[in-house]
Amino acid sequence: MPLLDVVDLKTHFLTDDGVVHAVDGVSFQVEKGQTLAIVGESGSGKSVTCMTIMGLNDRRNTTSEGQALFKDRDLLTLPPDEMRKVRGNEISMIFQDPMTSLNPVYTIGNQLREAVTLHDNVSKQVANRRALEMLKAVAIPRAETRLDDYPHQFSGGMRQRVMIAMALINNPDLLIADEPTTALDVTTQAQILKLMNQLRRDFDSAIILVTHDLGVVAETADDVLVMYAAKAAEVGTYEDLFYRPEHPYTWGLLNSLPRLAAEGADLKPIPGTPPSLLRPPSGCRFHLRCPYVFEPCIPDVPELLPVSGDDPDHKVACHLAHEFREREAHDLLHDLMAEQR
Amino acid sequence: MIRYVIRRLLWACVLFFAITVLTFLMFFVIPVNPAAMVAGKAATPAEIKHVEHLLYLDQPVWKQYLHYLNQLFVHHSLGYSYGTRQSVNSIIGRAAPITASVVIGGAIMWMMVAVPVGIYSALRPRSKGDRVAMVSVLAGISAHPVWIGYMLSLIVGYELGLLPIQGYCNLRGASPGQSCGGPADWFTHMILPWITFAILYSAFYVRMIRSSVMETLNEDYVRTARAKGASERTVITRHVLRNAMLPVVTMLGMDIAVALGGAVFVELVFGFPGLGGTAINAVNQFDLPTISGTVIFASIMVIMFNLIVDLLYAWIDPRIRLT
Repeated sequence: MPLLDVVDLKTHFLTDDGVVHAVDGVSFQVEKGQTLAIVGESGSGKSVTCMTIMGLNDRRNTTSEGQALFKDRDLLTLPPDEMRKVRGNEISMIFQDPMTSLNPVYTIGNQLREAVTLHDNVSKQVANRRALEMLKAVAIPRAETRLDDYPHQFSGGMRQRVMIAMALINNPDLLIADEPTTALDVTTQAQILKLMNQLRRDFDSAIILVTHDLGVVAETADDVLVMYAAKAAEVGTYEDLFYRPEHPYTWGLLNSLPRLAAEGADLKPIPGTPPSLLRPPSGCRFHLRCPYVFEPCIPDVPELLPVSGDDPDHKVACHLAHEFREREAHDLLHDLMAEQR
Repeated sequence: MIRYVIRRLLWACVLFFAITVLTFLMFFVIPVNPAAMVAGKAATPAEIKHVEHLLYLDQPVWKQYLHYLNQLFVHHSLGYSYGTRQSVNSIIGRAAPITASVVIGGAIMWMMVAVPVGIYSALRPRSKGDRVAMVSVLAGISAHPVWIGYMLSLIVGYELGLLPIQGYCNLRGASPGQSCGGPADWFTHMILPWITFAILYSAFYVRMIRSSVMETLNEDYVRTARAKGASERTVITRHVLRNAMLPVVTMLGMDIAVALGGAVFVELVFGFPGLGGTAINAVNQFDLPTISGTVIFASIMVIMFNLIVDLLYAWIDPRIRLT
């Protein structure tokens, strides 16, 4: 049984212009101790999916449907006070911008201790000891002296380490990381990813990693969910997605990766822009940008179905014939490999 | 922190000196011969010359300024009124507590209204309660304090007879020629002025606190606090309010300081002999020592409250303390 089983999740925002279907029927599972990466462009619903699981959407203008089963409880219907006990304790979350995610008027130690005492009725000394242990675990130099420092005395990378320490301090079963490295420079990114991989092993937490960076996916993910315009386009293992991609959007993502080896090669973006979720296109949501579009794509919404009988966990939502997709993917990967050489 | 305090203190001194120069220059800008005013209407040119000598007006400007500073810092004297010959110190000493009563009490009152209403409105934007609050704010800002004061005086004081219509009562007991005095009388005479004074400012502050809290609610660290599992109450009291109060503290310090220089409208409506009225009378009579006295007093208040705000700010926000 998976740790988290999300079934047909839908999240709608009520805005002045109408209802935005920010997440429109997404299903996925996260296994214990595994990393699921959710990839997609900005506005594809990745972050909203996470915020919905955490119950952090603004309740006044948001409605959610579906199920998010976590340890036999549906997170979407859990009463607010029960949900509060889950947050930061069994499921915790880190965010994109470490520069603004810590409260500027409290010391790091104070904020770490708060994370402990919100869930455990322990003394300040005990909380402090755990805070110190965590700062050491995320490799912050001179951790003893830094507990009394304020966030503005830390660099961006160090602040993200503090955020990770705070998220893991109660030993959660699931860590949701919403673009944790996007705001950091490349060398710091690599350090943070390495740290997250190591901590996942040490603490045996599962991770949902939201990113638009396929490089990050390659370094960390066991499973990948590709989202496009509030829907799942393709889901499978890391190998499925990188070596046997089936959806034209996934191909586009792979093809748009910058290539260092190929001299003078231009970036190959996916033409067009993601559709408005206020009035999403009919049929397959990718049909406006898809080079392979044909008749059924415009009226019919493709279902997310297993690619073949012998690989039931690799699913794709596309009308194209499996044999055709296999051939195209093979050609694409072949070209990519050739360019690398 | 100590370096920060010292730097603030030094700045306060520099500021104060700049103000003494400016108020001193006023004596030369105003097109009136102070000596002629002091000597009176019937004075002969010889008498005016004599007074000029007594007031050091026949000496070079820099010597006059030194004399002025000497009076101010060594003798702690703001000079003597041209009109009444009383010392400006005693004039301000009598008027300042009255103005302070209005301002400090009013500030307490407006914060007691504005903080809860502002927070409520921010937490429930567009709700019925918020709309009622916002309409009241608009009314409070639009209504002139003189009108509000007279209406309160008329309805509560005259028609209903619940509170005194006007007049000031000494807190420490009746002064000669006054029928009332003591804390109880002082309090009842202050209620309407406080309300009048507080209405305008509570309107401003409700709006300011509302927008500040709403802005802070959108901060990433508030989301972090929720993600940690903090209850909504903890999120608001611990993470939102302290940050949201920063701009409010600044404004409060400035507003109180400026108002201490004279809450003119309220004093006028309720017949309080406070600083505002004193200053206006002095200006009408070209009573230069009294004018400069009130200006200096007001600027001391502004500088002092600025200093308090700076220190408070540093206490609330560590980023300021350490830079």
